[in-house]
Amino acid sequence: MPEPVLEARQIVKRFGRVQALRGANLTVYPREVVALVGDNGAGKSTLVKTMVGVHPPDGGEILFEGRPVTVNTPHEARDLGIETVYQDLALAAEVDPAANMFLGREILRPGLLGKLGFLDKPAMRQRSDEAFDALGVRIQDTAARVANMSGGQRQGVAISRAVTWASKIVFMDEPTAALGVVQTRNVLDLIQRVREHGLSVVLISHNMPEVFEVADRIEVLRLGERVAQLRPKEVSMEDVVAAMTGALTFHEEDRQA
Amino acid sequence: MTTPATPTDEVEAEELLEEEREPWWQRLVTGSSTSIALILVGLIVVFSLLRPEEFFDVNNARNIATDAAVLLVIAVGMTFVIITAGIDLSVGAVLVFAGVVAAKAMNEVGGDNWGVIFVGLATALASGLGWGLLNGFLVAKAKLPAFIVTLGTLGMALGSALLITGGVDQRDVPFKLVDTIGSGRAFGEVPYLVLIAAAVALVFGVILAATRFGRYTYAIGSNEEASRRAGINVDAHLIKVYAIAGTLAGLAGFMSLARFATTTIGGHSTDNLDAIAAVVIGGTSLFGGIGTMVGTVVGVFIPAVLRNGFVIVGVQAFWQQVAVGAVLIVAVYLDQLRRARYRR
Repeated sequence: MPEPVLEARQIVKRFGRVQALRGANLTVYPREVVALVGDNGAGKSTLVKTMVGVHPPDGGEILFEGRPVTVNTPHEARDLGIETVYQDLALAAEVDPAANMFLGREILRPGLLGKLGFLDKPAMRQRSDEAFDALGVRIQDTAARVANMSGGQRQGVAISRAVTWASKIVFMDEPTAALGVVQTRNVLDLIQRVREHGLSVVLISHNMPEVFEVADRIEVLRLGERVAQLRPKEVSMEDVVAAMTGALTFHEEDRQA
Repeated sequence: MTTPATPTDEVEAEELLEEEREPWWQRLVTGSSTSIALILVGLIVVFSLLRPEEFFDVNNARNIATDAAVLLVIAVGMTFVIITAGIDLSVGAVLVFAGVVAAKAMNEVGGDNWGVIFVGLATALASGLGWGLLNGFLVAKAKLPAFIVTLGTLGMALGSALLITGGVDQRDVPFKLVDTIGSGRAFGEVPYLVLIAAAVALVFGVILAATRFGRYTYAIGSNEEASRRAGINVDAHLIKVYAIAGTLAGLAGFMSLARFATTTIGGHSTDNLDAIAAVVIGGTSLFGGIGTMVGTVVGVFIPAVLRNGFVIVGVQAFWQQVAVGAVLIVAVYLDQLRRARYRR
């Protein structure tokens, strides 16, 4: 097994008296799709948010390519080459797709105007259109506000943004939850392509057939702790569900995937 | 990961795009600031037809613009604040405070020359900036609602102005200030006050529409959490936006001082609401994320034209308030309609 590209060890996160994560682990290897599964409230989204700088953890450590790192802001995660497709997509609905694509890393005009903070809108629009094309995201009017777009198109914008900027890992928090059959197909194909490009994908999903189709490994979270690391080729969907609900326990040490 | 361009049937795709867009006239009519601009044009046409001699006249246009200048400067700052989904109720009080301390400072220095005027201007801008920074800090860092913060600083700024003056207007303003900036005209035609207000609107309009600062203003108003996650320093940006609003209120205070040669302490109690109304009439959404500076300019001129037109036509000026109130409600209704269309 190669060295993990990202590893969370014994992550603790509290919200007031609620302990959302009680020593949670997550391992991500290079060029793999790892599914993070768990019942509602298991702490999946919270674990992701501690690793991408949205909620800094209260305890535990994060290793990036073997060295301990702190990820206290989204900026720090971004600098490591980590991007996230949030469950709520985190799009600014009142601006256009290109503005969302380049939010926080705008291209400025060359020369003096750029130094004054003037945006190079044509360049951003063109590069966004190229990214949407390459990823098969169809947007009719790229000057329209994101608010005018369908759920699938918004998802496309959010995923394109993450995939375009990531150089190591893309976290996707239920990227297909709001999508129809065709759009879900597109997202699953896209996840495969992202891996072929040498990135790792952490996929949060409730949909077992989807997980078994695209994931190389499955990590199961239950009550804020990792309870199993499994390979879809070696286990059945029932095993995974059993691990999620606690009906079946796997000891981490015994079942190192 | 890089995304290589795939040049497939680009021409056809472009043609498809053109077809799916609304025709230009439809976009024009449903555009955020144009429908309200048509109302302004309509008002001007109606008053011009009713009283061509008095209303459609250079002197009258100058009067309207001069009346609107101070409010426009405040409304420019308010536009930024409201696009971030905030509100600034303190602008009128900050205007008064800035005027008072500027007058005091100029009296302290004494004399009647550009040096004194500069001291007054710097004092007005600095005091406005101070209140703006306080507003921004409380909104962004203490996470208090902007409505409450600026209601609080409204009372503090106005109370402080009254304490400083003992409630009596400062009347000894340098004559040179009143004579030049207050009532002078560039090239004998354009009042300096109007020129200043136009320059402020132009500069900040360009900043809003074309720069990264403007883009962040829209993004934060549209989705603050998403902006944070995109790595934007939201707190710092909000503080800057309130600081701009405060500084422009300070500038407006100095302009008011120059125009009236007195601090007009009691004369600005509805400036905040007038500015908010103007911004909202101009198509800026109170929910944040939407708005233009052109719209705000139009929104400032609708009440100004109405007031002026009613006086000339001989309608009681009080009707202006009624009419502006109605326009405000219509403007917000149009905004809601637009949003409903988007969110189908």
